[in-house]
Amino acid sequence: MNKSPSVLVIGGGSTGTGIARDLAMRGLDVTLVEKGNLTHGTTGRMHGLLHSGGRYAVSDQASAKECIVENRVLRRIAGHCVEMTGGLFVQRPEDSDEYFQKKLEGCRECGIPAEVLSPEEAREMEPYLAKDIKRAIKVPDGAVDPFRLCVANAASAVEHGARVETHSEVTDVLVEDGEVVGVEVTHQTGTGPYVHGNPGEVEEIYADYVVNATGAWAGQIGDFAGVDVEVRPSKGVMTIMNTRQVDTVVNRCRPKGDADIIVPHETTCILGTTDEEVEDPEDYPEEGWEVDLMIETLSELVPMLEDARTIRSFWGVRPLYEPPGTGTEDPTDITREFFLLDHADRDDLPGMTSIVGGKLTTYRMMAEKISDHVCEKLDVEAECRTADVPLPGSEDFSVLRDYMDDFGLRSPIGRRSVQRLGSRADDVLNSIDPNPVVCECEAVTRAEIQDALDTAGTDLNSVRIQTRASMGNCQGAICCHRMANELAPEYDEAIVRSSLDDLYQERWKGERHAMWGEQLSQAALKHMLHATTMNRDEDPATAETDLDFAAFDDGSPSDGGNTSDSTSGGAVADGGRVAADDEGGANGDN
Amino acid sequence: MAITDDVLVIGGGIAACTAALSAAETGARVRLLAHKKSTLRQASGLVDVLGYAGDEGPFSDPYAGLDALPEDHPYHIVGEDGIRDGLRLFDEAVGDAYQGGHTDTNALVMTHGGAVKPTARYPESVAPGLASSSGDMLLVGFENLTDFDAPVAADHLTAAGVPFSVRGVTLEFPKSFRSDAKVTRFAKALDRDESVDGGTARSVLADAIDAELDGETRVGFPAMLGDDHDDEVRDELADRLGVPVFEVPTGPPSLLGLKLEDMLFDALDEAGVRISAGNPAVDFEAEDGRIETVIVDQKSRRTPYEADQIVLATGGLVGKGIDSDREHITEPVFGCHIPHPEDRYEWSEPEAFGSHAFARFGVVPDDELRPTDEDGAVQFENLRAAGGVVGGADIAREKSASGVSLSTGAVAGRLAGEEATQ
Repeated sequence: MNKSPSVLVIGGGSTGTGIARDLAMRGLDVTLVEKGNLTHGTTGRMHGLLHSGGRYAVSDQASAKECIVENRVLRRIAGHCVEMTGGLFVQRPEDSDEYFQKKLEGCRECGIPAEVLSPEEAREMEPYLAKDIKRAIKVPDGAVDPFRLCVANAASAVEHGARVETHSEVTDVLVEDGEVVGVEVTHQTGTGPYVHGNPGEVEEIYADYVVNATGAWAGQIGDFAGVDVEVRPSKGVMTIMNTRQVDTVVNRCRPKGDADIIVPHETTCILGTTDEEVEDPEDYPEEGWEVDLMIETLSELVPMLEDARTIRSFWGVRPLYEPPGTGTEDPTDITREFFLLDHADRDDLPGMTSIVGGKLTTYRMMAEKISDHVCEKLDVEAECRTADVPLPGSEDFSVLRDYMDDFGLRSPIGRRSVQRLGSRADDVLNSIDPNPVVCECEAVTRAEIQDALDTAGTDLNSVRIQTRASMGNCQGAICCHRMANELAPEYDEAIVRSSLDDLYQERWKGERHAMWGEQLSQAALKHMLHATTMNRDEDPATAETDLDFAAFDDGSPSDGGNTSDSTSGGAVADGGRVAADDEGGANGDN
Repeated sequence: MAITDDVLVIGGGIAACTAALSAAETGARVRLLAHKKSTLRQASGLVDVLGYAGDEGPFSDPYAGLDALPEDHPYHIVGEDGIRDGLRLFDEAVGDAYQGGHTDTNALVMTHGGAVKPTARYPESVAPGLASSSGDMLLVGFENLTDFDAPVAADHLTAAGVPFSVRGVTLEFPKSFRSDAKVTRFAKALDRDESVDGGTARSVLADAIDAELDGETRVGFPAMLGDDHDDEVRDELADRLGVPVFEVPTGPPSLLGLKLEDMLFDALDEAGVRISAGNPAVDFEAEDGRIETVIVDQKSRRTPYEADQIVLATGGLVGKGIDSDREHITEPVFGCHIPHPEDRYEWSEPEAFGSHAFARFGVVPDDELRPTDEDGAVQFENLRAAGGVVGGADIAREKSASGVSLSTGAVAGRLAGEEATQ
């Protein structure tokens, strides 16, 4: 048995998977539990901005400096999760010159490369910027795929011996003799390799140390342990466009405000966001006016957004935290720094630390800090190596071009597969032959779906976020059932069907926020394909009463109780009409 | 000089074709004005009339469900006679290529997901595979065609309680294609009986299936058995296997839908209907409540079309006969009134298969299928509507899409033709 100290990490977002990887690489015995799939919480619901730090260069320079450091680290270790798009802070005529100057100086003070562009230069980079913009600051913002990033961290943790359990909700924190000694989890569903328990099964997992990395949910874990962790969850909306109207991250250069960023992401752009405190990170209103606000406000920067097609909207919850007594009223003023709350020091409850605040760009640094902290508690001496060792898929990412040549992948399908898979492309794409396309919008092939299923079990949403299948224009109309079919023959038909239902419902939920114009037409088609063509809404296999097959036409001319015409074979002209009121027509040529 | 006809039908789908055929029967000079390809390539090719209404169904007799439909349903305007007339026009147009006309009773057809659904008319190639007929079944899928998983469909069919045994196998198609090859490429290989390793596409495929057959008396495939020579492909496979073969309707691109489109356009030709295709109707001129001219945008040249009577059959949301923005639902050609909730979140339900308001969006017809305004007054005296642009039917839930198109097309076309030739 492994004699190294054991650590239990709660939360399968970027921070939790980052900590699990870090500690596992240091030789500790790590278990990570997550109540949903990886990225289920905040990580899976962000706009995918890899901060340069420019955004915080005036208001929060400590965060800004961390961002630019980690921005460079992620480009090095997570190349296959990052697209270096560059970013612009765009000033409109009504935006203050003074703030523009402060932003520029702030960037320079924090070591963020920043260059002022004339309106002509800015529009040369991004032709759809408004005609009347005044100028812009260019910074090294980028786009990051949070799903790929989390999965790569989890995969690396597993490679280093960690146990990762998704769909395993912590339902209690075990406290013995005034010390946290583990947690109770309830396994929920699924039979994949990342879930070892059976649905409904309760398991107590003991550990030498517990890390609460549940972000906006940290307070709920705190409650189980009897300590107060006052996170201030703050919701934000993000609206996904069907194409990339911009190829650079576009920020509005003004102090703060809703709807001030556009992030190009894969084949789409994501508009964000709002910042509004909510009571419960699970249950908050998702309102249409928030979507309208995104479109209308960001059209001031990129006018074509006003009439562009959106494919869905989603909301995320920030795990904002400020030390007790700070008393900030407006959530946009709360610091984006992260905090380690050691419950031994703070609440006289040894054995557990919570990590709150922070942001995706600095997830690795947060993981490093808390791993240092845990090692110190457990008296382990081991260096952090996560800033230097590439994540699975990003080793030797420079070979990407060679892969394209190797596979003759000139088509968009191959190119996109290789981009998504990075250095794993060879193994994955060679694993299946023939390798047909399953999702046409996002060009995802069977090999990628099967590869994702290795870690997803029956959870097609997890397959979706790993591969992008069903996330394109059609929002799963054409491919949801194809993805489900990939579960067979390993899983039986009833599981295939229920997994399909789950995925289809999830795809519908976000698309509802985009249901007008082209996307309403698309949604209507999706409904027709699944309800009419496939009859999934009235599927007799799920009906309670048995179907009387004998009451229906069996194709033979003598069939049917209502048959009024016994003409044999082929089509009869009048369909057995009783009343004769036809105007001109002979009964055809039969 | 404007192009002048008695009846101008705008649209290119089932409703438009039926309206044109119906109008032509009255002796009127008819023109069909089609814009893009119709939505038939996305449709299964089955012709449903009514499978469900309210909480009732599936109906073996579609006419038995009419009373359960809501008051504003277009079937209440056209009546049972209208439905029968639509089916008659359809049966005449497609001849032997479709079956089901021998009875009023719905058939149960399996879908490519493995569910079964009630339908009134089905392509000849689908007929041997009815779930409502007996005979053990072997379903054949192909590794490259991801839309249809034969073992999953077979198990699903079994779960529905079909009165026969069914088994699915997945084979490798005798010829390999690019990873994004569409079903049409497979159909072509069978059409041309292309040479492959070990023989020709049809013979090698038949041998592979023969090795799998275990007493089943019919063999089903996704709808990909040929395009131009589909009869020949099916006959040869059936001959080699010694049992009937059939096709299972699939999603887009649907060969069965595309073939139906071709048949309907052939029937239009035969009926002497003039066809102007490729350009959209974008505007109109009206006088005294009558539409005088329909303006067609021909590569930014505005061409006027004149007609005594006009039938609007541009489709629903999918076909773009109904348009929308963040606040409104509109009918783009004539600006016909379409009632809808003010809040766009009430257009749909959170449940994916909920009772969506958008499914019933459309113009409000009077008893002659003329669109009415907010006050219930006829909007244009010589304009009628047919098919998806007509509101009130939840065609997806009811499985009534083709029936609504056929019946409203038949009635609107006939009334327009009679009016124009009086």
